[in-house]
Amino acid sequence: MTDRTTLSPLDLETPDKTFLDSNELVINMGPQHPATHGVLRVILRLDGEKVLGLECVIGYLHRGVEKIGENRTYTMFNPYVDRMDYVAAVSNGLGYCEAVEKLLSIEAPPRAQHVRVILTELNRIASHQLWLGTHALDIGAITPLFYTFRDREEILKIFEKYCGARLTTHSFRIGGLQYETYNGFEKEVKNFLNFFRPKISEYEELLTTNRIWVERTKNVGKISAEDCIALGVTGPVLRASGVKWDLRKAQPYANYKNFDFEIPTGQNGDTYDRYLVRMEEMRQAVRIIEQAVDALPEGPIMAKVPKVMKPPVGEVYHSIEAPKGELGYFIVSDGSTQPYRVRVRPPSFVNLQALDIMCRGQLVADVIAVIGTLDIVLGEVDR
Amino acid sequence: MNAFVQYIESYLTSNLTPGAAGNMFWVFVYILLVFVGLSVAVICMNWLERKILAHMQVRLGPMRVGPHGLLQPFADALKLLLKEDIMPAEADSVIFWAAPFIVVLAAFTTFVVVPFGPQHAITDMNIGILFMLGVSSLSVLGIVMAGWASNSHYPLIGALRSSAQMVSYEVAMGLAVVSAILMTSLNATGTGTLSMIGIVEAQKAQGEWFIFKFFPLGLVSFAIFAIAMVAETNRAPFDLAEAESELTAGFHTEYSGFRWSLFFLAEYSAMIAVSSIAVTLWLGGWLRPFPNLLSGPRWDTFFSYFPGATFLALAAICFFNVARMPKHPYFRIQTVGLAGFGGFLAFIGLVLFIPAVSFRVQDIFWFSAKVAAFMYLYIWYRGTFPRYRFDQLMKIGWKVLLPVGLGVLILTAGVALFQQNLWRP
Repeated sequence: MTDRTTLSPLDLETPDKTFLDSNELVINMGPQHPATHGVLRVILRLDGEKVLGLECVIGYLHRGVEKIGENRTYTMFNPYVDRMDYVAAVSNGLGYCEAVEKLLSIEAPPRAQHVRVILTELNRIASHQLWLGTHALDIGAITPLFYTFRDREEILKIFEKYCGARLTTHSFRIGGLQYETYNGFEKEVKNFLNFFRPKISEYEELLTTNRIWVERTKNVGKISAEDCIALGVTGPVLRASGVKWDLRKAQPYANYKNFDFEIPTGQNGDTYDRYLVRMEEMRQAVRIIEQAVDALPEGPIMAKVPKVMKPPVGEVYHSIEAPKGELGYFIVSDGSTQPYRVRVRPPSFVNLQALDIMCRGQLVADVIAVIGTLDIVLGEVDR
Repeated sequence: MNAFVQYIESYLTSNLTPGAAGNMFWVFVYILLVFVGLSVAVICMNWLERKILAHMQVRLGPMRVGPHGLLQPFADALKLLLKEDIMPAEADSVIFWAAPFIVVLAAFTTFVVVPFGPQHAITDMNIGILFMLGVSSLSVLGIVMAGWASNSHYPLIGALRSSAQMVSYEVAMGLAVVSAILMTSLNATGTGTLSMIGIVEAQKAQGEWFIFKFFPLGLVSFAIFAIAMVAETNRAPFDLAEAESELTAGFHTEYSGFRWSLFFLAEYSAMIAVSSIAVTLWLGGWLRPFPNLLSGPRWDTFFSYFPGATFLALAAICFFNVARMPKHPYFRIQTVGLAGFGGFLAFIGLVLFIPAVSFRVQDIFWFSAKVAAFMYLYIWYRGTFPRYRFDQLMKIGWKVLLPVGLGVLILTAGVALFQQNLWRP
């Protein structure tokens, strides 16, 4: 475990010294900064360009989502979860719906499960595309951003046609789906897959063997598997450190156990490995969607759900593999129509805790690269 | 009066630059021409960069202000001029005020010796290349002053990065330049020249551009210069000084409005200036392609059609886009404007077909065309490469470019010595 007991950047011994008098420099990165992906504030303590330590200040986007959950019925709270990780809204919805379903001891019908998997994996691709574009932009490659956004548009079009919304989709309901798939859904998804498969190679062409890209990402922001596990870091960050842990395989939910896919892992736990892992995850997502579309069963899309949802007294923890890592919902029911407590375990928030370890001893430019590679969404960090 | 007209006319038949001919009237005219031409070039470059970058990134770029966004640079300039003049309260006001002027001054002054043609330079100094390198290095002073005077963290780091970068790349750049200058001494007298016009004349006399001289030595020194000049002008992939995602805007974070636009102007004119050095030293300056291989009056006539033809081609592109404009009345002014612009370009093109004009002007055309190719490269780099990290940048400068530059210099000197003294064909 890396030593984290060194001085916090906030405790400068002589605060009245100006920054020119000492070799150490404390600068504020954010909350308004082009590379902090929202309103993250990072206080950096620098020696020249070298990072001595940093501290994240969060809460600028706090909307009290968890508290709102205590004042809404189970159904009413559903759209709110989309607003946490707004680039992976479908995953958020899936996690919440499945958690409540677990609480109610009901199960969504197979067709609904399949459509859920298709939409969630499409969303995983969209989320990874957004990550790739912004991550590359932070490192100075401006072109991939536009390529990924062009292709992400096709996914958003499918979402829009399915449920009317592009970003905060609210596509699932507790017990299944509200909408049957539209005419030509399967065909359009397949068209997208055929369109998208060569595009991954196109992104890779721009970056994977690009000398500057490799130099900027190899051995940058390294984190060991032990550190990851100790901090609770999950998702591609954990897998890039060599731990083959993916909830889709480890604790299969929805009907992921029916599909055949690989879990890509890295060895070095550096930014380059995380990049490769995510690129491969996009390919695997394509594989899953393909299987799901091919095997899409007929049948009902909604289980029998009571009109007024009053789950029995008890608690449930359900977690899914969101694009950013383990997204968990802990819901306590007191038997009424509203949850007694909703606690979200957001992957972005937990992963962000690794920023300090990953950045210590690196340069300012690496902090940007590491924030990008952690793939945080501040809506989810602050909730 | 007659004497004055004669004074003006006397220059037109001379083969010297106005400065060398001592004709103050034409010196003044040339200064104005260079200043205006440079400003127009920066405006064009602004539009072109946005358009070309946009098309590389599957988007359209500016489309609203004027046909195909042609008036966008003017709208931007107007906006910048009208903005409130902000000076941070903590800033050192005098230095803060002076910094952009030093940068602009350094960038513009270099053009005193840039040879657009054998007669088309403000003056021909016998230390021309030294003057250019020396004056263009002054801009680092302005950048440090800007970063320091802002009294703020990000500009300070940006200025530190930028000064370290410019100073270290100047070394490699200088070595590359020296090996090119060595090549100018390969003549009967064995004396080289530092004059910008002399360097091009030497390439003409030796019958090959220095980029091909002693292959691959000329090419390698050119490559070193081409890399160093990107770093020298703080452009992608070496744009650490203004790395947007790290330092917001680097040394000019605290600048806005007109002062900021001065930095912008200086950056682009510095790009043109270093490209001019590269063109003069390695790519034959104003010489048309294949001056020796395809020589003779018929080829001369053939190549003299190029300037006019280029402008006619640009006009044709304009007219093609006029035809593609939407037919809705809303676009009528834009369509007419684009047609007018095309007509203007076509008129210039036709004027350039007049032999007397094209004889006097084609040097400028070839020079500008070569510089324009470099400008395109700058944009291309920006669209393709991620940004280097500071330590990597320094590593390239000191551990790669410097040793290679030294090696090339020694080899060039050795080969030149061999050819000059030991072996005469």
